[in-house]
Amino acid sequence: MNLDLALLLAQDGIANGAIYVLVALGIVLVFLVTRIIFVPFGDLVAYGALTLAAIQEGQRPGTIWLVPMLAVLAFAVEAASLLHKGAAHRLPRAALVWLVLPALPALAAWPLAGRELPDLLGIVLTVALILPIGPLLYRIAYRPIADAPVLVLLIVSVVLHFAISGVALVFFGPEGGRPRPLIRAMFEIGDMIVSAQTLLMLACSALAAFGLWLFFERSIAGKALRATAVNRVGARLVGIRPGVTGGTAFLLASALAALSGLLIGPVTTLSYDSGFVIGLKSFVGAIIGGLVSYPGAALGALFVGLLESFTAFYDSSFKEVAVFAILVPVLVLRSLVTAKPADDEEDEL
Amino acid sequence: MTALLRAEGLHVSYGRVDAVRGVSLAVEAGRIVTVIGPNGAGKTTLLAALMGLLPSRGTVTYDGADLARFEVEDRVERGLCLVPEARELFGDMSVADNLLLGAYPFRRERGFRAKLDDVYARFPRLAERRGQTASTLSGGERQMLALGRALMMRPRLLMLDEPSLGLAPLIVREIFRIIMGLRELGVSILLVEQNARAALESADYGYVLETGEISLHGPAAELLHDPRVTATYLGGA
Amino acid sequence: MRRLLPLGFAMAMALLPLVLKGYPITLLSYVGMAATAALGLVLLTGMGGLTSFGQAAFVGVGAYTTAWLTTVAGVSPWLGLLGAMATTGGLALLLGGATLRLGGHLLPLSTIAWGLALFFLFGNLDALGRHNGIGDIPPASLGGMALRSANAGFYLIWVGLGLAMWACANLLDSRQGRAIRSLRGGSAMAESLGISTFRLRLSVFVIAGLLAGLSGWQVAHVQRYVSPTAFDVGPGIEYLFMAMLGGAGHIFGAVVGAGLVTIARDVLQDVLPKFVANSGQLEVVVFGAVFIVVLQRARGGLIPVVLRWLPRATRPPPPDAPKLPRRAQPAAGTMVLAAHGLVKRFGGLVAVNDLSFELRAGEILGLIGPNGAGKSTTFNLLTGAAPPTAGRVRFLDADITGEPARLVAMRGLARTFQHVRLRPTMSLLENTMLGAHPRGRAGMLRAVFRLDRAEERQLRAEAMAQLRRVGLGDMAHELAGNLPLGRQRVLEVARALAADPMLIVLDEPAAGLRRPEKRALADLLRSLRAEGLTILLVEHDMEFVMELVDRIVVMDFGARLAEGTPAAIRADARVQQAYLGGVA
Repeated sequence: MNLDLALLLAQDGIANGAIYVLVALGIVLVFLVTRIIFVPFGDLVAYGALTLAAIQEGQRPGTIWLVPMLAVLAFAVEAASLLHKGAAHRLPRAALVWLVLPALPALAAWPLAGRELPDLLGIVLTVALILPIGPLLYRIAYRPIADAPVLVLLIVSVVLHFAISGVALVFFGPEGGRPRPLIRAMFEIGDMIVSAQTLLMLACSALAAFGLWLFFERSIAGKALRATAVNRVGARLVGIRPGVTGGTAFLLASALAALSGLLIGPVTTLSYDSGFVIGLKSFVGAIIGGLVSYPGAALGALFVGLLESFTAFYDSSFKEVAVFAILVPVLVLRSLVTAKPADDEEDEL
Repeated sequence: MTALLRAEGLHVSYGRVDAVRGVSLAVEAGRIVTVIGPNGAGKTTLLAALMGLLPSRGTVTYDGADLARFEVEDRVERGLCLVPEARELFGDMSVADNLLLGAYPFRRERGFRAKLDDVYARFPRLAERRGQTASTLSGGERQMLALGRALMMRPRLLMLDEPSLGLAPLIVREIFRIIMGLRELGVSILLVEQNARAALESADYGYVLETGEISLHGPAAELLHDPRVTATYLGGA
Repeated sequence: MRRLLPLGFAMAMALLPLVLKGYPITLLSYVGMAATAALGLVLLTGMGGLTSFGQAAFVGVGAYTTAWLTTVAGVSPWLGLLGAMATTGGLALLLGGATLRLGGHLLPLSTIAWGLALFFLFGNLDALGRHNGIGDIPPASLGGMALRSANAGFYLIWVGLGLAMWACANLLDSRQGRAIRSLRGGSAMAESLGISTFRLRLSVFVIAGLLAGLSGWQVAHVQRYVSPTAFDVGPGIEYLFMAMLGGAGHIFGAVVGAGLVTIARDVLQDVLPKFVANSGQLEVVVFGAVFIVVLQRARGGLIPVVLRWLPRATRPPPPDAPKLPRRAQPAAGTMVLAAHGLVKRFGGLVAVNDLSFELRAGEILGLIGPNGAGKSTTFNLLTGAAPPTAGRVRFLDADITGEPARLVAMRGLARTFQHVRLRPTMSLLENTMLGAHPRGRAGMLRAVFRLDRAEERQLRAEAMAQLRRVGLGDMAHELAGNLPLGRQRVLEVARALAADPMLIVLDEPAAGLRRPEKRALADLLRSLRAEGLTILLVEHDMEFVMELVDRIVVMDFGARLAEGTPAAIRADARVQQAYLGGVA
């Protein structure tokens, strides 16, 4: 392999890696704040891309049905828990928060979708449709067992992915979609040709990482989220409601997923179930980066992109094998480097 | 005088273990009330139940309202605050952030950060360490941070679980001086302690808790000289 | 009643093909194949407290191994079975060895990763037919007769599954099986009983791999073709669902779960398309929803719910057996345990500061001090639960500084826990037998073939004797979780005694006990001393200590404040100050 070829592979790898960086940031965000490994994050990304593609093609996106359905479920779960606690007087507010508010974007999108829309409006609609999904999933699946061991939360995550992608198949259909690129320009940097879309993705990743840092380091809301992650009991004792911070974290994750979907969609054709593998590869990147730091996750995700493109050069069919197989030696290395965990959780399940 | 906090027939059980059995107590506004007793007597459990961290039977009224339907966070917003035995600080976060988060219930008020200066004035040590993460503090400093964070919450009734735990005598004296100072601010205090003498000397009224039940109560000054208290602590010789 | 269930089940299954014909038998064959794989997860998850999302990938490895061996290499399917199990077992050994030391969520995450890596490998290797898989796999044959028919496949699968269940049931009802079931109590408890948690976890992982290999072999030779889609993470999570739906704590949970899921899928795949277009995966949605509800509401699965309605078997007390050999106790007065200049720092905190003391054979020493004085940390340093920053610990003739808890336990130092650590879902007898674990020898193979019964009787009799000794003999078959706290502490003492220790170290045994319970405990400890046992008591309760011990070491701020007889300690002004306070 000569240098030119290596450069070519590297630029391809960075373009792929840029996809994973955004997703990895979202996954680390949710994990740090809620201890939940949010496997369906990749699905949200795919739904974002598919929603935008459908809107651009003048069709009604699957999210128009998906989101109200989740809203009804979430309200049912909330109502049941309120009635169980004997707090029926809080039902109207719950209906507003869990039923009306999340369903609003879908109601707004209904008459609009199906016509020729300006690009910007399409993007706004897409984001508005994806935003409620994270908090709704949180309310339905995770909040009832917020105190459960990480392992149980992880199983719930994996199961949730399969359940939600079964629903997505009904609403989105099996065909893939690919929205138009946001910008089409190509740049030459030295010998490398880089698409503007790749640069945009890298820029957005950097911005998102910086924005997250700002939010968590500078704002009291961000600090409250971190505090919940560090010490749940401590957080409750200063009046922070873990349910609210959890919902906020998932809202942020949704926003990141929508952004990722907008950016990734034009680069690669996505279908209802392709978010899973993208999510898991980003996840491998996040774990390589240590799962606790945003820059680490970003670097790990870039590494995954590079690994993929270099493996693909030798035999493209083995790039997935390589990405997932690399995790085992990485984890072994980490377990050798870091000290032993203090004491494992008693009764994991 | 009406009690700010009153518990009647409080029961707390973990599975089949009854940790607190029919405890009744009252804290009147502006007073320091202490609950003393040996390890495993149920003191920490009692406070956790009053705070709403553990489910309990019996009634707890605070400021005239039945607390049954209030979550932990609702109680905090009403000025009922707990400094737990485990301190429950935010270990990976700075001293300043820990304190700031104490003011979380008032985050929408302008100038909610101003109280920070009061706390730094009260605990100069914390001001020196404001940039350090909480997990690197010594035991005494952690206790100061926990107290400081509680003060940021503008408590009306502050419940303290073993504030002297594992601290050197000099620091214990300092902590108790601060607790006495809080009364001047109009904060009522429910103090759970093993350091019986220090607790009784600071308090107005005392309860002795043994194996989940109140075995003895009375004005602190009387309990201090009660031979039964000494016996509980040093063994019935 | 309960004992007859397995037999009745086996007979019912054997007779089924006489009643049912055609498709239902095929469906039940699928149930059996899935149950075999899910059985591995019952052991792994329900018993061992581990989780794998990659069980389907292991099934795939087994299936592809035998498929390749019998089609390309042309060997007999029975050799293929050996090959399949050797490959899956070996792979489990390799992957488990590499990842089982990982804490928390990293292990299950790594199972998703290697599960996917294997899945993509199946689909991309030319030798394995890429995405088309391998077809025309020969059926297994018995005595020259090829097992082709639906009924033959049914028997092939269910006989294999039955044998596997029998072997697993035997294994779980043995010394090693009890140790496996104790794993969910956390490493600290198991290691303190001399159990190597890593080796045990690895064994369970390999057994789960072997069962996956068997399941894969069944798939290959009954279905007669293999293709990658059956071995993705999706099916992997389905196996986990089966195990947890049926009840991961029970051998039969695998069969119940596999039966419900397989039959429900069959029904749903018929019904759902009538209502919805693109319903290709709707049954997964239903399963997912049910699984999430199970995880939220009933993590024990269905079997415990059903068992509640069955009468409990009354068990006779265990028969007498030859006594287990005992260690020679050191002569009274010889040094048993010595701490020299122990220091432990946590970051800026000095928890133990230059602590030294000695403990002699046949005495009860009390280590006391106010809360936060460093007693519990000292306890951990002495028992190997944590290494000291500086200083040395000697036990009998050996320097045990920094030795892990498991080895310290094997030397004859038994401990109890301040926060009781028992297995609430195991009986008192079984909990006590766990203590005698290092005194047994029988391994897993002997257990599977029931060659361990003589030793098992000895362990049982020993545990029973210890339970009687502490006064719990009449409730030996109760579940430990049903005891009140006071009796749970006593049960921990019985478990410690079952190890035949030379030193027993008790961490705040009187905390939370009522007065009569304390008195009974004190009497028990006195009688143990009379039998020559050495006891170290770390305690906060002065009254309890004063009446019981020979000597006292008082700690304050991590250092030794005073040492002497109870009377001298009570008169010591510094001790009074430390306990009652007096600085305000």
